[in-house]
Amino acid sequence: MFELLGIPPQVLLGQLLLGLINGSFYAVLSLGLAVIFGLLNIINFAHGALYMAAAFVAWMLLEYLGIGYWPALILAPLIVGAFGVLLERTMLSRLYHLDHLYGLLLTFGLALIIQGLFRNYYGISGLPYQIPEALSGGRNLGFMFLPNYRAWVVVASVLVCFGTWFMIEKTRLGAYLRAATENPVLVGAFGINVPLMIMLTYGFGVALAGFAGVLAAPIYSVNPNMGADLIIVVFAVVVIGGMGSIMGAILTGYMLGLVEGLTRVFYPEGSAVVIFVIMAIVLLIKPEGLFGRTA
Amino acid sequence: MRDESLLTVKGLNGWYGESHVLHGIDFEVRRGEVVTLLGRNGAGKTSTLLGVMGILPRREGSVRYDGVETIGLQPRQIARAGIAICPEERGIFSSLNVEENLMLPPRIAEGGLSLERIFELFPNLKERRRSQGTKLSGGEQQMLAIARILRTGAQLLLLDEPTEGLAPVIVQQIGRTISALKKEGFTIVLVEQNFRFAASVADRHYVVEQGKVIDMIPNADLAANNEKLQAYLGV
Ligand SMILES: Nc1ncnc2c1ncn2[C@@H]1O[C@H](COP(=O)(O)OP(=O)(O)OP(=O)(O)O)[C@@H](O)[C@H]1O
Ligand SMILES: [Mg+2]
Repeated sequence: MFELLGIPPQVLLGQLLLGLINGSFYAVLSLGLAVIFGLLNIINFAHGALYMAAAFVAWMLLEYLGIGYWPALILAPLIVGAFGVLLERTMLSRLYHLDHLYGLLLTFGLALIIQGLFRNYYGISGLPYQIPEALSGGRNLGFMFLPNYRAWVVVASVLVCFGTWFMIEKTRLGAYLRAATENPVLVGAFGINVPLMIMLTYGFGVALAGFAGVLAAPIYSVNPNMGADLIIVVFAVVVIGGMGSIMGAILTGYMLGLVEGLTRVFYPEGSAVVIFVIMAIVLLIKPEGLFGRTA
Repeated sequence: MRDESLLTVKGLNGWYGESHVLHGIDFEVRRGEVVTLLGRNGAGKTSTLLGVMGILPRREGSVRYDGVETIGLQPRQIARAGIAICPEERGIFSSLNVEENLMLPPRIAEGGLSLERIFELFPNLKERRRSQGTKLSGGEQQMLAIARILRTGAQLLLLDEPTEGLAPVIVQQIGRTISALKKEGFTIVLVEQNFRFAASVADRHYVVEQGKVIDMIPNADLAANNEKLQAYLGV
């Protein structure tokens, strides 16, 4: 087969696939952040910790209750989402009249507490989580080997992202959400229960993080730091994409995953920082982000 | 039942943070009436509507709607009781298209206008259903802001300066619409600067000054009270 700049296609495609997988996580996580920020005006720093918590919940469901991957893919996000609802009701809802910064500080503190608790009980060595039977193995595409589970991660994330986008942009419920993002007082004055919507939106955004956490469990070992490492990159993704846009969060997530993969091929030393370099450039040239609306 | 009072406001006080802007507003609106609130800029007309709707940051006093005290209720509960507002700044949502804007307020009771009837009153909106809400002209946005509260079954409509900044033809069209709505049985509180317009649609006028209602003039007596009114409004 052909070679590109001396790079064998297997290597190139392999890294692109890896980039796409990372991009899947970036997309689902930054989508959750964008949904939460849109309505609540809160930068949810606990996002990574909740993603990690869901991976642990999936592991516990299996370990203690014998509940496997497929039910966990639904149950763990629901459980973590319900926990998010509890956080919103008891803590976040008291901050809405204050500056963004307070929400960020509170959720940052929550992230540290949640991570600390898991570290305390489970250590930092990481717990294994098996790839589900139906998705073990892989297929040879001729030019590369494609592990089934990784293909599934990409497909599942695209479905969830598209589903969320559709719900927000094309349905009645989404119209409420968009309207409440613009003018919650007026939406309330039309008889819509905005506090309830805010609570469920936070729960939903957290459940998205939870879904990503369960998807991640079989790929990365389940460990208390998995969210902390990832969330910093995801915040950079959000800054690059711009906070305002649902589709922007999704596309930027996949795009940056791929850019990271390409960098790993052509300049491996740069792959860990490329996203941050892009972030710096975007902040200088278009501070509202690639898809953001000008304030 | 022409005499039955649908809205009775007594001693309504209102605040934005520390600043006390309503100092005991009193007025009432009978079922099926069109009543205006007139007054100079900053008199407290908008704040009165926000107070009735429950979206003033803080309010005290009594606002009875259809026999029920609403002063302790949330705006969404007041909306569900049957009051709807068309705000001064129109409140068209830019992330929603015209149809989504129109369909946003949920039905709270039977008896709202059908979509066909609404499009009959506002034919422009039908043509522009798919446009982004804020891409409409000022007049169309005003029509949209009125149209969307007609579907819901709300009986009392609070309209805050619907003619502000609009061309005379559009003002006339809105005037015809308000008359049509009165015929349909809606009760309307109208805040207006355009005095001639107010006289053409209203049954009675309340004059607001410095957060109080200082006078009430039936539309029939308007000519006789012209001088007094000019003084109130400073025109
Ligand atoms: N959001 C706000 N915060 C603080 N003060 C306000 C606010 N809105 C209005 N006010 C003050 O409350 C008073 C009444 O204002 P209001 O908007 O009710 O007047 P209005 O009669 O509707 O005037 P206009 O004819 O200009 O619309 C004014 O003194 C105004 O400065
Ligand atoms: Mg006003």
